[in-house]
Amino acid sequence: MTGARDIRNGEALALEEVPVVGFEEFRRPLLEGGSRLAALFGRRLEGRTRLLAVSARAETGSLVVAATDVGERYPALTPELPEAHLFEREIFEQTGARPEGHPWLKPVRFPSGGAGTADFFRVEGEEVHEVAVGPVHAGVIEPGHFRFQCHGEEVHHLEISLGYQHRGVERALRGGPDKRTIHLVETLAGDTTIGHASAACAVLEALSGTRAPARAHALRAVALELERIANHAGDLGALANDVGYLPSASFCGRLRGDFLNLTALLCGSRFGRGLVRPGGVGFDVEAERARDALSRLEGALEDLARAVALLWETPSVLSRFEEAGRVSREAAEEMGLVGVAARACGLERDVRQEFPWGMYRFSQVPISVAGTGDVLARAQVRWLEIQRSAAFVRDHLRRLPAGPVRAAVGGLAPHRLAVSLVEGWRGEICHVAITDGAGRFASYKVVDPSFHNWTGLALAMRGQPISDFPLCNKSFNLSYCGFDL
Amino acid sequence: MTVESFLPSVLALVAAPLLPGVVNRTKAFFAGRRGPPLLQAYSDLWKLLRKGAVYSRTTSWVFRAGPVAGLAAAIVAVALVPLGPVPGALSFQGDLLLLAGLLALQRFLAVIAALDTGSAFGGMGASREVAFSALTEPALLLGLAAVARETGSLSLSEMLPAVSLASWALHGPALALVAAALLVVFLAENSRIPVDDPNTHLELTMIHEVMVLEHGGPDLAFILYGASLKLWTLGALLVGLLAPGGDPVAGGIVAFAGMVGLAGITGAIESAMARLRLLDVPRLLTGAGVLSVLGLLLVRR
Repeated sequence: MTGARDIRNGEALALEEVPVVGFEEFRRPLLEGGSRLAALFGRRLEGRTRLLAVSARAETGSLVVAATDVGERYPALTPELPEAHLFEREIFEQTGARPEGHPWLKPVRFPSGGAGTADFFRVEGEEVHEVAVGPVHAGVIEPGHFRFQCHGEEVHHLEISLGYQHRGVERALRGGPDKRTIHLVETLAGDTTIGHASAACAVLEALSGTRAPARAHALRAVALELERIANHAGDLGALANDVGYLPSASFCGRLRGDFLNLTALLCGSRFGRGLVRPGGVGFDVEAERARDALSRLEGALEDLARAVALLWETPSVLSRFEEAGRVSREAAEEMGLVGVAARACGLERDVRQEFPWGMYRFSQVPISVAGTGDVLARAQVRWLEIQRSAAFVRDHLRRLPAGPVRAAVGGLAPHRLAVSLVEGWRGEICHVAITDGAGRFASYKVVDPSFHNWTGLALAMRGQPISDFPLCNKSFNLSYCGFDL
Repeated sequence: MTVESFLPSVLALVAAPLLPGVVNRTKAFFAGRRGPPLLQAYSDLWKLLRKGAVYSRTTSWVFRAGPVAGLAAAIVAVALVPLGPVPGALSFQGDLLLLAGLLALQRFLAVIAALDTGSAFGGMGASREVAFSALTEPALLLGLAAVARETGSLSLSEMLPAVSLASWALHGPALALVAAALLVVFLAENSRIPVDDPNTHLELTMIHEVMVLEHGGPDLAFILYGASLKLWTLGALLVGLLAPGGDPVAGGIVAFAGMVGLAGITGAIESAMARLRLLDVPRLLTGAGVLSVLGLLLVRR
């Protein structure tokens, strides 16, 4: 490997060790298969744009970092590497470097305003009609615009246009770390507080050479799995609600609250705000509280098992879930899907196994996979993961490593780059930070799993009845603000 | 025509909004919640009646006329149906055709009002509503035809009370088939699960709700009230078929209890199963039509 450097998840390396290679040499390894694109972004340097790619190579458990310089325009990677399509649109939007030959080059987040005002793909023909939904939706959900090309009830094509919640978080993180940094990352996507905070802390610790204590790693992992359980439980309830199946919907909705309360028991916030802190965790857990959490977890899990069993036992529910919103394994691989959506297509993608960090280096969580790629598969993966996460939490809350929960974090080393991957409940979260000469963030890149997966939802809708869109959407349950940043 | 003959219709006009309340309370019970008050629908109607209405500039008089005319059709329809042994306020030979026509008129008015808005949602809901009602209508008419054949009358107020224990003994299977068909029609026409989900906020999955999205204030009140009258009308057909005849007072009370019970059963059905995939709905409705045909054949035999 000449044109790139391998690092492990949560490692830093000096910027000069990242070779800046010619474009051809940059492109070839990306197309080579066996790896997926974790991040691809551009930085404006004087007179040119520096592209930086992080590809995750599961076989070796390493992250391959490569860089190249391009001018005003460069040959697009997308035609040969479809999973790069949104990354390249983002590069074009942020740096102005035009990927020539990109099949659908348009804004991603509309940073200068006017979200949603762009050309949409249109299907022409008699009886083809267009249905536009959003950005303002019925019900309390985030804003996003969905443009369907339909023939009767059948959807030929769905285009998703987001950016309504673009807050400029990446820009705000530049110049950090400071007091605001941790709060900004905690609110990247409110339901993934632990996930994003863990990824950011791993980056900070790598750049400052801090080693978080074992007890902190264990508590972070417990909180991450609790976040997964709570969200998956809520999602299973929401899926039941979308097919109008009342019992599971009501029970799962309540139980999600019970699981969130467990996180509140650990740190005082139902969404885990304030728990994950650079150098460790903000709150220790004494033995008695851990026992209390465990017994509450058991109670809630028992109820959840009953509520979810109803789903699998009700034929009318199964007939709605089966065959709905199917994504093929090939499409999932090509589009670089991650997390639950990828595992439901049979792809064994799970950062906890492939690129273990923190506690997961010592304690494995099996990858939960289903094969059919439909709504049922995504529901099944969620239920499997709930059970395996529960086993993990049970294990680790019972025997937390002794010792402190937080180490002091010094200043960041100058001119370094760090990458961290975390398997949040939606999937792979990637944070990449680059420091300047003063040890401040010169660039901070966040890739939420939703960034990879929204295209998966669009693909899942092809050939489906439009009335099944809400169900498919819920089965992915992607983040709007995590995408919009 | 006496004062008493208006009683079932007056009762229907007053008590119809109670039925959705019963449905919701039943659903809440199954979901482990307390649910909204039984009389919630009345409060909603009162609230809406005091509000103003907003009209889109793209709409015409059709959009404004829809709710009022639709409610008028629903009120006339409810006057046609008997409550158990008590005949409806209006009745004549062949009024069952008028009933079907009035229900169709109510639907037609809702559909053109929805199309008048020009929104994608309205059009989508309208096309679904029309497609499905084309299948429920034959099921309803053929089912009623079977009952008409059995009782030898073409007036709802004569034929439904005439269905007695004796006719159940004679043509039990046929009447049971018709009752099953009418139950499906009842659920489908009133946009209940498994055909439609009255609770959903997801426009893309809606059938009936999405057509009335653009209405507000008193117009929406008329539509909601019209919908509960329709629930009553179709429910009364089913209850009339199942409830034994007899003394007007006792029979009327039994029939009213039957209406409440039917609302409870609707709530139980909604709690026990998921909604059908939209493309599978025609199969269910065609099935109801087939049941009606079978009922008719069995009665004729």
